[in-house]
Amino acid sequence: MSHEAPKTPANAGGNVAIEGVLGLQEKTLLQALLASQAFWVTIALAIICVFMSWYEPHFGSIENFYNITRNFAFIGIMALGMTVVIITGGIDLSVGSIMGVVAVASGLVLEAEYPWWAAVIVGLGAGLACGLINGYLVAYVNLSPFVVTLGMLSIARSFAVVLSGNRMIYNFGPGGAMFKIWGGGAFLGIANPVWFLVIFTALLAVVLRMTAWGRHILAIGGNEHAANLTGVPVKLVKLQAYSLSALAAAFAAILNVGWSGSAINALGQSYELRAIASTVIGGANLMGGEGGAYGALIGSALIEVIRNALLMAGVDSNWQGTFVGSFIILAVLLERIRGKRRE
Amino acid sequence: MPVLELRQISKNFGAIRALSGVDLKLEAGEVLGLMGDNGAGKSTMVKIIAGNFPPSGGEIFVDGESVHFAKPVEAREKGIEVVYQDLALCNNLSASANVFLGRELKKGFGPFKWLDHAEMVRRAGLLFAELKSETRPRDLVRQMSGGQRQAVAIARTRLSDPKVVLMDEPTAAISVRQVAEVLDLIRRLRDAGHAVVLISHRMPDVFSVCDRVAVMRRGTKVADKLIKDSSPEEVTGLITGAINVA
Repeated sequence: MSHEAPKTPANAGGNVAIEGVLGLQEKTLLQALLASQAFWVTIALAIICVFMSWYEPHFGSIENFYNITRNFAFIGIMALGMTVVIITGGIDLSVGSIMGVVAVASGLVLEAEYPWWAAVIVGLGAGLACGLINGYLVAYVNLSPFVVTLGMLSIARSFAVVLSGNRMIYNFGPGGAMFKIWGGGAFLGIANPVWFLVIFTALLAVVLRMTAWGRHILAIGGNEHAANLTGVPVKLVKLQAYSLSALAAAFAAILNVGWSGSAINALGQSYELRAIASTVIGGANLMGGEGGAYGALIGSALIEVIRNALLMAGVDSNWQGTFVGSFIILAVLLERIRGKRRE
Repeated sequence: MPVLELRQISKNFGAIRALSGVDLKLEAGEVLGLMGDNGAGKSTMVKIIAGNFPPSGGEIFVDGESVHFAKPVEAREKGIEVVYQDLALCNNLSASANVFLGRELKKGFGPFKWLDHAEMVRRAGLLFAELKSETRPRDLVRQMSGGQRQAVAIARTRLSDPKVVLMDEPTAAISVRQVAEVLDLIRRLRDAGHAVVLISHRMPDVFSVCDRVAVMRRGTKVADKLIKDSSPEEVTGLITGAINVA
């Protein structure tokens, strides 16, 4: 075990004993749970699932569970990356378009009969390049995240259309079979993308809670100026946050192409809205400084379950956008109310 | 040898001359009160010493060594700690997280290191106890009173063994009892051999705790006197310009 910080004064003086300070009543686990938006979203999700299973028995079937979990896994993985950016007080509007360009890049590599891993590397590389450009412009050139990622939204989609020749790529060559397993396969009856979502959620939760990098992400969102003054490498961490968001979108795109068996330049259109909605519904604060990995997962699950429930209840699927938009506004409104209570 | 020395420091912001040929010396174990009206150049001088921005001219010496700070971390590495006027705290983090921000304690092995939450909470608790503050290390800063927030910012400067502690209006927004605590802390810093620069508008605080007072007016230093050789009336006159130079 090693410690990596300067020494503190060895002994406490004064009238307040350390036992007195540390022994003061902290917030209980139950209080912390009740204050968590992700907890209430989990309760809401459970209630909807119970109600829908009673209203429409097919809702609770194994097949439907498989479909729902697989469907929200793609958005959930994107939402994890988006969570990191939103905690820093930023936003990434380009993740949907990054999916498009990654899908086309990977598809072209497979079509050219390169192995599956080359397609994965090229896809992730394309996503990372977009993220690095976003991050550099936001962190080092000090441009607004909204403007930069809105620009990248257009650029990446345009690249996807040009690269693909505006055609669907589905002839994947010899590497296609293995590539499709990653996104289209299942393990223990659960779709592979869901396993990836669970693993990435756990990883991000640990990183945010247990590493200095995670703490710096939260600090930047809480008070970027203070973080800078205290020695946090703010620019580098922001660059990494946007790169991670783009990588998450790229990974989701690779899984999605594997599942669908084709690469289209329109992949991910309007997904950025669903990824943002998932993070915000899960408790991330659009002003920065708050959010978590589990919130991203449960937020994406809630959106997909509601979409699925609406379809089963016979509601036109075109109403989905109305619900997603309403949830974003509702989640922000709830956060505003909670913020005022705290004040 | 002075622990901190400024020679002919000047600073221009475009056509505006914020500081002009300022000399200043600070010895270890000395508390210097830096006074002046708004816009006199006090905060600019502190920000130059703290590495927030470089001077346009002049030189800074720490322990006789010429130094050039490109960012605050570099100043901190040379033993210069700052309590900023806005305290520079992250409201969404706990008190202990703020104290150790940028200097987190870690444990683990090889390249695998994770935060040592328990140790950071323990050490932050020690620092708060030393400050006679009942600040709870795990509480979020946004839930704290002005005095507790001040304690967090001051505790941060005690993580290292600083040569110089710059305090920008540390008693401006806290209660009378907490003012006395902060002044006690300044005395303790002095007794431990640290040099302190106290920027303050509060004459009683400066005359209560400082050994020396420097007065700034319109970007220049117009006085630098031992407290015992000065008076609040004289300092007020120097600040307002009723007395030209002392």
